[in-house]
Parts: sequence; structure tokens; C-alpha cells
Amino acid sequence: MYRYDEFDHDFVRARVATFRDQVARRVTGALTEEEFRPLRLQNGLYLQLHAYMLRIAVPYGTLSSRQMRQFALIADTWDKGYGHFTTRQNIQFNWPKLKDVPDILDALADVEMHAIQTSGNCIRNVTSDQFAGAASDEIEDPRPTCELVRQWSTNHPEFAFLPRKFKIAVTGSPNDRAAVKAHDIGLRMVRDDAGAPGYEVIVGGGLGRTPMIGKVVREFLPKDQLLRYLEAILRVYNLHGRRDNKYKARIKILVHETGLEELRAMIEAEFEAMDAPTFAPSAEEIARIEAYFAPPAFETVEGADAALEAAKAADPRFAAWVDTNVVDHREPGYAIATISLKAIGEAPGDATSEQMRVMADLAERYSFDELRVTHEQNIVLPHLRKDQLHEVYQALDAAGLGTANIGLISDMIACPGLDYCALATARSIPVAQDIARHFADPVVARDIGEMKIKISGCINACGHHHVGHIGILGLDKGGIENYQITLGGDATETAAIGERMGPGFPAEEVVPAIERIVETYKAERLNREETFLQTYRRIGAEPFKEALYPSEARHAA
Amino acid sequence: MAKAFKTQIVTANDLFEGDVVYFTAGGFWSRNLSDAAVAHSKEDADAILARGEAQQSTIVGAYLADVAIGADGVPQPLHYREHRRTLGPSNRPDLGRQAEAVAPIAKVAA
Ligand code: SF4
Repeated sequence: MYRYDEFDHDFVRARVATFRDQVARRVTGALTEEEFRPLRLQNGLYLQLHAYMLRIAVPYGTLSSRQMRQFALIADTWDKGYGHFTTRQNIQFNWPKLKDVPDILDALADVEMHAIQTSGNCIRNVTSDQFAGAASDEIEDPRPTCELVRQWSTNHPEFAFLPRKFKIAVTGSPNDRAAVKAHDIGLRMVRDDAGAPGYEVIVGGGLGRTPMIGKVVREFLPKDQLLRYLEAILRVYNLHGRRDNKYKARIKILVHETGLEELRAMIEAEFEAMDAPTFAPSAEEIARIEAYFAPPAFETVEGADAALEAAKAADPRFAAWVDTNVVDHREPGYAIATISLKAIGEAPGDATSEQMRVMADLAERYSFDELRVTHEQNIVLPHLRKDQLHEVYQALDAAGLGTANIGLISDMIACPGLDYCALATARSIPVAQDIARHFADPVVARDIGEMKIKISGCINACGHHHVGHIGILGLDKGGIENYQITLGGDATETAAIGERMGPGFPAEEVVPAIERIVETYKAERLNREETFLQTYRRIGAEPFKEALYPSEARHAA
Repeated sequence: MAKAFKTQIVTANDLFEGDVVYFTAGGFWSRNLSDAAVAHSKEDADAILARGEAQQSTIVGAYLADVAIGADGVPQPLHYREHRRTLGPSNRPDLGRQAEAVAPIAKVAA
């Protein structure tokens, strides 16, 4: 993975020193809160309902075991023994004290990490496919691209005060695991007719108040022109993006109001006018970055498949876990395992310091020292030998990390909601807990099959509810928590915004509503192979609306 | 009982700890809801808010919250958001104010 050079080290340390000084001046009163607030936000420090919250960038979700252990240390030393992994592939600590934050940032700098670009109207931490460099369907590892974009965007003087925050996601596979169509810019690796790799550039996706699926602005962009093209998009956005209304300031609104064709012409004109060599990183720099992401030294493992099959036959719980949590690796003899942070009844995405250490140890011992954070709030061990999977599983299981539910109904996304978040209009976590408990029986969950429920505690949609197969949005309806349900959302290459079913439900009626949706699906599906999303697309919303709001009741109302 | 005007208190987060505090009649910020100064008129409320807001080196983000006065005389926030702030995260009863109720900590922010 990427290692800091001297410049990176000095830069991050200098930022910590500056922030230490700013905290000191806030405490003495030399800085007012009005002056201090943007400074702390630039360092990832928010003030939430019960405490400060520190959001730490995990660039494109890739972590070393040393970095994961440092999170555990931070959780134990300055926080309350746990952390929360987010849909931005970041980690948040929920209880830091103001005076400790500079020390935490120093501890992060020790392991080449920081909290810069996790807030504010800048280009945010770039996100990517959690299976990068391991996936069997990959064209190229997307992480060198992510790193290039990270270096280009970090402290880019022109783009420090954009109309609004700006999110970029990159996928190296045709199967989109990075939700690239839900980002301001999505980059999807493709090949041209001659087989050369490049990018399909998608622009104007986003969730929040006005959800939109991104549109293809360039079908094929040669790899070496990436930064020039991104710069062109950002310049057009910086100039024309609305600054009069924060709800209309994202690039998706510019795409919508200007029209894709006109915007494309503006971007292409800007692109043509730019000096190509200025925006082309040198071959040495590209090679330097790519070298950090060179594949690890995979071994040829004799009998790995046989060993795995034998272990599965001997341990049915392990077999069930492999079935849901393990996918193919591009290297024979290896597999990718997703560690579920969705144990039944726990807050989605939370991990204790002890669990972090277990995951770090396993990564160090079995997975070439690498971990990934997924936007679905789980952790991945990307490179595991198949004949060692059983050992890994047993260690995970002993630490409460052996839940076999990836892709199933209890593998939900839930934002922190009103249990932590100052912007929330309703709670998310208890809703997720209730649903998970209700569908806890693995036989029931497997029968339902692939199901993605995503829950947000307000219209900002950090829980990606618009692109959940079932989306749940918590609102404040006359002083009572109320939950709106959408169906048919999809975050993948077949992206779609979910459709709202009708009036919201009070908290205690959410689980029965989900139950009715599930029962309708089970009654309507053609066979066990037809997923919920496929059934929904085939039969449409009406049968589900009927189940949620029976027509007698609707007519009576 | 609801009155013709709203009873309100002034709340904020402590600058240093980040936790929830309430402005008191004595002119300081307290971690105890029962210490909160209660305003019985809009003029009262605005005056208390102004006094609380002036203490910028102690707190962050002071605002008014609607309350009802319980039988014990302690103001009870009316909105569930404010109620949540008196407790902590609902999935972690071991954390936040709700946990401190068992083991009280130093209670007054200067
Ligand atoms: S969706 Fe709303 S409630 Fe949830 S984390 Fe984002 S801002 Fe907070």
C-alpha cells in the first residue's frame, strides 16, 4: 500500500502542529467558535449530540494492520473502546475531548494517517472497491488511480472553496462495488477497442435531498488524461455551480439544470484549452505510485481447494460463513473474506478495540498485512489462502466477528442517526437492531436471499437509503420519529433510486412493514433464484403498496 | 400542564468535553438538567440565552429548548431529540448521561 514520502510526513505533522495551536487559542478565547469551527472541521472534528466526533480518512478504504491497531489504541486511550466504520470507508470516534484531539492526530500521523478532507466543501477522501487488487472480475487495481486523485486533490489551491463538498469514487471492475453512480464523479475502468485501459467518466450522481444517478459524460478517457479531465470538470463546476443555495450547490444540480450535453461541451472545451503536459503526471511518478500497489507474493498452494472443502464438511457453521462471506480471488488458491460488522443486535459498523486488534492480527498473519473498509460498513481480509480460511474463521468467531450474513437482510447499512448525530431527525441504529433481531434466524435470512436494507436518520442520506433495495428514512413528524420506506433502489452498475411507497410508519410499525414487504416478495417470486430486486423490477411497486397500505384502508381513509 | 407561553431552558455543549450542559439561574453552566434556569416568557428566554451565549470560552452552540416542568420541579425536554441528549445513545446504555446517573461525575462546568 501507499507509503508517505518525506513531504507527506512533514505536511501532516505541520497540520497537526497548526491545529494544536488553534485548539490552544480556542481554549484561551483568542479564537471564537465562529472562527474555530471551520478550522476544526478541516481536521475532521465535529460536535455531535453528546460529544465531539472525530472522522478519520481511510484513503480508498485500505488499511495496514499497524493502522488498524492504532485505531484500537486511540479507542482505548482517548475514546470509549470502540469505533464506527462509515459508508465513506472512514472511521469515526464518538467521544474525544477537545484537548486530546491534537494528540490523537499525532498518533494518526505516526501511522501515516490524518483527518484532512473528511469535512467541508473540498474534494473529499476518494472511495473505491473494497476488493481492489484481489477481485477476479477486475480490469485493473483502482487504487493507483485513487492515490493519484488523492495527491492531486489534497490542498488543491483552486478547489479549497468549492460550492459544496465533492466526492469521487473509482471502481476497477465492471461489477460496481463502489457505488460510483452515486458520487459527484464516478470513474469506472473500461477498455477501448484496442484493449487499452481507461475510464468511463460518470458525473452528477449523489444522494441527499435530491437523489440522482450519475450520467456518463465521457465514454472513454485514456488513463494518462485523467487529471486533466478531472481538473476540467472541477473548473466548470467551481465556476458555474450554484453558491446561492446550499441545497442546489452539488454538481448533480448543475448537470440537471444545465443539461448533460451543454455541460459536456463546456467540460470538453475547458479540457481542450488546457495544456496537456501540465496535467500529465510523469512516468516515474506513476511508476512510483503503482509500485506501492504491486500484487503481494502469492504462493502456489497445493491442495487448497481440497483443504477448504474438507473443513467445510467438518464444520457446518464455517461452511455457512464461506457461503455468504467469502468470494473468489483472482489468484488460484486464494479467497477474499468479508468480516461482518453486523452481528445481530449490534450497531452496524461498530467494532471494539479488541475486535480491531483481532482483525489486525489476522491481516498481518494471513492477508499480507492488508485490510479494507467497505462502504457497506464491513471489513475485508483481501488475500486469504483457502487452506487457512478455517483458522481465520475460528479466530473471528471467537471475537464475535463470525456472523455469516454478508448480502443478507441483516447486513444493513445504518448511519449513526439520532443516537449520535446532531443533524439527525430520527434514530437509525435501533431500527437496524430491531430488523436484524426479527430476521435473525439464518434459515429465514437465507430463504429471503440477497437483500440490502439501508437506513438514514435524516435527508442527508449518509445511510444511502435511496439506493437500498429497501430504503428507510427517519423523519420528525410532529415531534414523533417516523420512517419512510422506499423500494427498488440499487447502488451497483444497474443503479436506481428507490421509489417511495407512501406515508411513513412510526418506529414500532417498521418491522411489521418490512415483514409484509418480505412476505409479498416470497409470494410473488418466480423461484428461489429470483432476488427481491429482480422481483420488484418485474412486478413493480403496486403489490408492495397493497401489502403496506391495504386498499380497504386506503379507501376508507 | 401546557401554559399560554412555552417554558424553555438554554442548553449547549461544553467546549472542552463536548457533553451536554444547561444554563443555570446562577449564571453558570451545569451538567444537571435540574439546575437549568427555566424561562416562562419569551423575554425571559431571550435574556437567559443571551447571558449563556456570552460565555463563549465555556460552551458551544447555545440554544433554547422547550420543556415541561415535572411534578418534581425538574424541567423535562418536550422533543425527543432533547430527551436523547439527556441520556446518550439508545443502543449503548453504558455510555453518556444515562451511565453517569449511576456513577455521577464532577458536575459543574465553570
Ligand atoms: S444521514 Fe443524517 S442522521 Fe444520518 S449520519 Fe448523515 S447527517 Fe446524521
